[in-house]
Amino acid sequence: MDVDKNQIEEQTQTKEQGAEGDLHVEYTTLNLGPTHPATHGIFQNILTMDGDYVVDSEQTVGYIHRAFEKIAERRPYYQITTLTDRLNYCSAPINNMGWHMTVEKLIEVDIPKRAQYMRVIIMELARIADHLVCNAVIGVDTGALTGFTYMFQWREKIYDIFEQICGARLTTNIGRIGGMERDFNNEVYRLINAFLNDFPKAFQEFCSLLERNRIFFDRTVKTGPISAERALNYGFTGPNLRATGVDYDVRVANPYSAYEDFDFEIPVGLNGDTYDRFMVRQGEIWESLKIIRQAIDNMPAGKYFADVPEFYLPPKEDVYNNMEALIWHFKIVMGESDVPKGEVYHAVEGGNGEVGFYMQSDGGRAPYKLHFRRPCFIFYQAFPEMIKGGMLSDAIVTLSSLNVIAGELDA
Amino acid sequence: MAEITNEFLLERINQQFGESIRSSETPYDMLTLVIDPAKVEDIMEFLFKDNLLRFRFLTDVCGSHHPDIAGQELCVIYHLQSMENNIRLRLKAFVPVDSPEIPSVTSLYASANWMERETYDFYGIQFTGHPNLARILNVDEMDYFPLRKEYPLEDGTREDKADQYFGR
Repeated sequence: MDVDKNQIEEQTQTKEQGAEGDLHVEYTTLNLGPTHPATHGIFQNILTMDGDYVVDSEQTVGYIHRAFEKIAERRPYYQITTLTDRLNYCSAPINNMGWHMTVEKLIEVDIPKRAQYMRVIIMELARIADHLVCNAVIGVDTGALTGFTYMFQWREKIYDIFEQICGARLTTNIGRIGGMERDFNNEVYRLINAFLNDFPKAFQEFCSLLERNRIFFDRTVKTGPISAERALNYGFTGPNLRATGVDYDVRVANPYSAYEDFDFEIPVGLNGDTYDRFMVRQGEIWESLKIIRQAIDNMPAGKYFADVPEFYLPPKEDVYNNMEALIWHFKIVMGESDVPKGEVYHAVEGGNGEVGFYMQSDGGRAPYKLHFRRPCFIFYQAFPEMIKGGMLSDAIVTLSSLNVIAGELDA
Repeated sequence: MAEITNEFLLERINQQFGESIRSSETPYDMLTLVIDPAKVEDIMEFLFKDNLLRFRFLTDVCGSHHPDIAGQELCVIYHLQSMENNIRLRLKAFVPVDSPEIPSVTSLYASANWMERETYDFYGIQFTGHPNLARILNVDEMDYFPLRKEYPLEDGTREDKADQYFGR
């Protein structure tokens, strides 16, 4: 654990214990963050330390709060997609799809199977990218930089696929309300097939680098554990919950976007410690590959968007050459499409757990109220309980294995 | 175990708390109950401890502001989930903006801690019994509740932004 001395403000507190004064305990207050290379994001932890052991901790969040929920109350529906990109920016496409599906649920439109399969492929690629970053960073924090640099190449290849699909890499704004903005071209299929062919070999090397590594065991087994009961009480979802042994996955519990068509397993852990969280994510990467293969093999023919001209942005050629398309384009861009009144909650399985969208619509051009259920924000409050009594270096590894993303934490 | 339907769920809650339930509807297949704010903790405790329902998971807490409804301006929205029965439930409790008090559910769900702080931070709803009801995402010095509707996102006095056709 390499804590930069300059980053740490140390204060020494003295605590008297016992009347004789011979049992003299000194606690140190350690300020970890707000900007610290080992926290991988902007959040502050004020740790009370007894030597190298964490006695207590207090968190401060909100450093990159951007008031998305307020901004969303002024924006037409299609413009909110770009806000969702910036929640969990490691797997932006999942948030995009979650948002599209929320609006589609509100306006009650069925999406063609082809678009659903395309979305599944994109979401699973995003999940692989998200889990790769998380697991590679756990490697870095335990002293294995090689795996990180190796796996980042593959994240780049996933981003190449996104670039080919939608033109963007990180904050993708992928898909549209009502379907996808365009069909996959041949290059997309070529890149996906190359990825499906080459990635498993490379990933297998990464697996053998860490999964049975003695040093990695020592650092991660029984580090930052949490029981299933406490995890549920703390609102854990996603890999962090499954590491405790609860097989809850939104993709299976409330299938969306044709997930019921695919055959895949839900990897679960046993102890809810850092190693189990790591292994659950590793397992999910293999399952995601399985899902993508099935989706590519069984890709249905047909249209990639639903017949909802009042919400689905028409292709640009039509806008320039077709009167009706121009009118719809104009109405959508100016936010003049009528939406029904109502309230809707839709959840998708994000990289870190259940990403939920709760929306109240009063029939206006923007949502009356929009709330993002951000899994990071909810499970991060369990962090003090998980690191209590452990060493500082374990706290760092626990933090990376929780995969707290600052953008999702603060919204 | 027989599958628990929305109708069954509503009936079971009605048996216990019939007088505290002000209305119920099922938008987009999720049972939504408007409940008496004073009874929030009791109802959630029942849902949590009932052996059949087992709503052990608090999915989400958020607020909303409705300035038009006199005496019920602020609303707290709870999303609950029973993983074993795979059913979700939405509870809404309206409180007046003058005395926005509602019992905290942190004793039942540890996850409610930050979610209630967030709701307080943005809407000023006072969760009585909360262990540490402080601002969480905004700065501590802030003296207003920014997600209330009286704070427009854009400066309302600007004339160059006025657009009578598109309702800006």
